[in-house]
Parts: sequence; structure tokens; C-alpha cells
Amino acid sequence: MSHHAGFVYSDNFVNYKFRENHPFNQKRVELTYDLLIKSQALSEEDIIEPRIATDEEIMLVHDYNYVEAVKKAGKGLLKPEEGIEFGIGTEDTPMFDHMHEAASQLVGGTLTAVDHVLQGNYKHMVNLGGGLHHGFKRKASGFCIYNDAAIAIKYIREKFNYKVLYVDTDAHHGDGVQWIFYDDPNVCTLSIHETGRYLFPGTGSVNERGQNEGYGTSFNIPVDAFTENESFLEVYEEAMYTIANHFKPDIIVTQNGADAHVYDPLSHLCCTMEIYEKIPAIAHEIAHSFCEGRWIALGGGGYDIWRVVPRAWAQIWKIAKGENMFTGQLPDSWINDWKDESPVSLPLFWHDEDKLYQEIPRKEEITEKNRIQLNKSLQIIRDEQKFSM
Amino acid sequence: MLVEEIMSDKIITLHAEDKIEEALVLLNENHIRHIPVVNSDQHVIGILSDRDIRDAAPSVLEQNQNQDILKNKVSSIMTSPVITVHPLDFIEDVASIFYEHEIACVPVTKNNQLIGIVTEKDLLYRLIQLTGIHEQSSQIEVRVPNKVGVLPKITQVISERNTNISSVFIYPYNDSLTEKVIVLRVQTMNPMPLIDELKRQGYDVIWPNIPGLQR
Repeated sequence: MSHHAGFVYSDNFVNYKFRENHPFNQKRVELTYDLLIKSQALSEEDIIEPRIATDEEIMLVHDYNYVEAVKKAGKGLLKPEEGIEFGIGTEDTPMFDHMHEAASQLVGGTLTAVDHVLQGNYKHMVNLGGGLHHGFKRKASGFCIYNDAAIAIKYIREKFNYKVLYVDTDAHHGDGVQWIFYDDPNVCTLSIHETGRYLFPGTGSVNERGQNEGYGTSFNIPVDAFTENESFLEVYEEAMYTIANHFKPDIIVTQNGADAHVYDPLSHLCCTMEIYEKIPAIAHEIAHSFCEGRWIALGGGGYDIWRVVPRAWAQIWKIAKGENMFTGQLPDSWINDWKDESPVSLPLFWHDEDKLYQEIPRKEEITEKNRIQLNKSLQIIRDEQKFSM
Repeated sequence: MLVEEIMSDKIITLHAEDKIEEALVLLNENHIRHIPVVNSDQHVIGILSDRDIRDAAPSVLEQNQNQDILKNKVSSIMTSPVITVHPLDFIEDVASIFYEHEIACVPVTKNNQLIGIVTEKDLLYRLIQLTGIHEQSSQIEVRVPNKVGVLPKITQVISERNTNISSVFIYPYNDSLTEKVIVLRVQTMNPMPLIDELKRQGYDVIWPNIPGLQR
């Protein structure tokens, strides 16, 4: 009999560390794990040790030369000028010792999650150490070295002829995954993100729809800066149901970046914990209605690692277990154990309190604009329905 | 940047005696909008736009009528003389030609012979590259006084943080003569330290503007 859900976790995830004070900090995975333990929602038998990805698996997506450069960089043997073409040694993705091993561990975590779902041992698997969606074929970028999500999708496609729906709710466009599957009709990517007008990486416009055979299987809904819960969720819900119904996936991979929160220092959206309760709940529902439950949930961005990420990601696990989301107070023991280390005062409740931010003056216009983007993105599906009726 | 760097050298041409129906087929098969007409020496003697051809062709509703029109020679409908450019002309000049003459394509000639073609699509492609949007990057806009030496100070802040710049462009701030906006696309996912440093040095970073509020 298959278990409902498994949680991939290893102390090694924190080895993926560029330097002190780098915004990408895998301590957030440890904080989430600890929060779940102290909430008595995660026990020994739920936890699955990740394997390490092999070079062959990494090269399902990445070039040999790039992998070799990452290996050299991790041994201190890559000259700065050699790193440039691979995006290694920049402010975003500096070199660090054993970076190949650290990155392979994250990929291995995601592949472990995939293995268990493909083998039918588990319906849902959660790997919060993964979701590094900016990695390109031969270039590191946006804090991402190896693109575990893309590798996982290639791996699924190699093993099974499953149609894969990839859903990316990180505040930044899921560009790496999108471009890798841009011409693949069996992989549908949906990214909802803050508009690239100002924000990294700049792409993710509605008009990016895929190419050749893959035309119509890339969906992008850029939302305006200062978008709030209501509008974000309107876009997410409608896009999810419409696209899932149209594409009919066999398996879902979600990238659960938690950087659309108003506290996040790198984006300009104004969402709160409410979206992190609904996002996994709808993904879970869709996994059951279309994919016999097959759902792999990954982490992603998230740069307020104390107030936002642990609560947001803990909810994914709670939903994956098939339970109701957490409500009420956070466990005292978690707050007490971390409050001295945290530079900000820790939240007391699972929900956010009201009025975390000042009222947004152009809320109506932002909501309208986001709705227009949503409709533009889904137009291609609606037209097809109209003509086939 | 020069015309020869952006022109397309795969050119589809017709001769003056060719029939309009051939032009119509070429348009549809190649997804093009302009066809230069050349003589036996490859001199450009005319140009056909998709509109010239469609104006001449019978209506789509006239399946069986007026089809003879398509048997006319292209010389009867081509525009002549043709505005051409040289491969060593600047692409800014091509943009002015398009703007002033309200056209969207110029043949490129050298020694009077056709060697390439530049369309507004080629220009737009370069414009997109100018903005830096084709590379993963974040955008920063800074309002600065219109005076000597501001740009190097700003780029210094960025280079000190080991961050590459994808593109820079500068335009007047609200048509002001005394202020400009410098728009930079920088190859980092975390521009906050740059922005903080620019603000610390007294620059007005207008990024992103809060909706509904004055900049």
C-alpha cells in the first residue's frame, strides 16, 4: 500500500551556501523542518534521506563543460575569467568549496522525491531543498547552479511517458525550466510572477507561449508590483484549473518560492500567508483530480527566512499529508529556540495579522491589469474550446 | 552599428516581367512583406509591398472573377524609384528613413547591386537587445542631474559589487533639460545592495515607482 506523503530532508542541504550574508540561505529548510517537528506534524517515518544525483542525471539538462566547470570551481581550480561564460563567480552565484557536491545533493533530493512518486510508494513528495528554477543548460544564475526541477522533469519523461505540468509561483519568472522545455509539447509550464519590468530575470511575458511543437504549452502571467492576495489567488486559481483541464497532466511538479510575501526583501508583491495556504491546497486537489495524486512539491525562492519561509513551507507538508492547514499559534518551543538567532521578531501565529502594510493606492487598477494578463494568457485555450464546440 | 551587421542577405526578388500571381505566392510562402524587383544586373528597379500586391489582387470574395488581373506584370504596380541604403550606413539612419518616409523596409545596395534587405523587424530586434532584456537581469532607474561625470560614478558603484551591466540607456526626465533618467539592466537577482548604496550616495532611485504616488 502506498503512503500518502513523504518529506525529503538532509542536514546536508545547508551545505549549499555561497557565503555569509548571501540572500539564498538554506537554513530556511532547517527552520521549516524544525517547525514541523515541533508542531508534531512530521515524524521519523515521514522523512526520507535524499540520494545524490549522478553526473549523468545532471547532464540530462546541463552541458558536460558546465558541470566540469562547477566541479573545478568547487575545488578552487576555476580561474575567474573561466567562470564568466558559465555565470560562476558572480555576485549572485559565487564560487564556494564543494559547490558541485552541494548542488548535486539538492538535485538528488528532488530525484529521490520523483523516484518515490514514480514507483508508487508515495502519492506526494516534498523536497523543500529544491526548486532552483533559474539554472540554464550551461549557465548558473539567480542563485541556482543546477536546475533540479528541470532535471526531474527530464528524468520523469525518460522513465515514463507522463505529461508533466510544472507550476511556478515564485515571485521571479521560472525562466530556466521554461526555456528548457520551450519546444516540448509534453511538458507544460505555468509561471505566475511579478512582472519583469524591473524584477529579475526580466522575462515571463504573456507572449512567451512556447515554440514549434511546444507552442501553447508555456503559460506566463506576470502580475504587477504591489499585487495583493485576492488578485494573486484569482489569477492562480483560474489559471490552474483552466490549464490542468486543458493539458490533462499525469504528474504535477510545483515550485513553491515563498518570495511573493510583502516581507520579502527581493520582490515587490504584497501577498501574505494566505496565498501560501491556498497554493498547495489547489495543487493538491488538482493532483488528485488529474494525476491520481502524483505531485512533487519543491521549494524555491524565499529570502525572509525567519518570518515567511518556515510557515509557508510547513503548510505545503501539512496539505500534502492530507490534513487541514495549520492555524492558531506557532509552537512556543520553536519560537523560543530561534528567537535569539533571528534578527527580526518571529511571528506568533500561523496566519499573518492584518495590516502588515499600508493600503495600496491603485489596488483596483492592479487587480484589473492582472485580470487582463490572466485572460490574455488563457485566451489560447478558450479560443480552442470555442472552435471545437 | 552598421547596416551590414543587421541586414538579411537571403533576399527573395522578382523581375519586372514577372506576374503579380508569382509575387502573391512568394509573399504567402515566405511570410515576407516586401519584394525588391531587380533587372538582369541585380540593380533594384522597384519594390513591391504586401499592400501593393493585395491592393492589386482580386478580393478574396471573388474566387472566380477578375483572376486575369494576376497575370499583369509586377512592373505595373511596383513602387519606383526605390529608397536604398549602403551596407556601411548607420542603423540610426535607417530608423530615420523608416520614420520620415513611413516605410518599413529598405534594400541594401553596393555598386548599385542588391546585396541585402533591412526591415523594421530587424531594427526592433536590435532595439530589444539594446534594452538588455534578452539577458537575465534586474532593472534600476536613477534620476540624475544632467551634467558631466554622473554615469561613471553610478557604474562605479555597480562594478564595485562585481556585477555586470547588460545595458544602459539615458533619456530626459519628464522632458526636463536639467535632469535625466539613467536606466540600467544589471545581471543580478539581488539589486538591493546596489540600490541602497546609490541612495546612500544621494542618488534618487526611482525604482519601482509606487503606483498612485508621485515619484
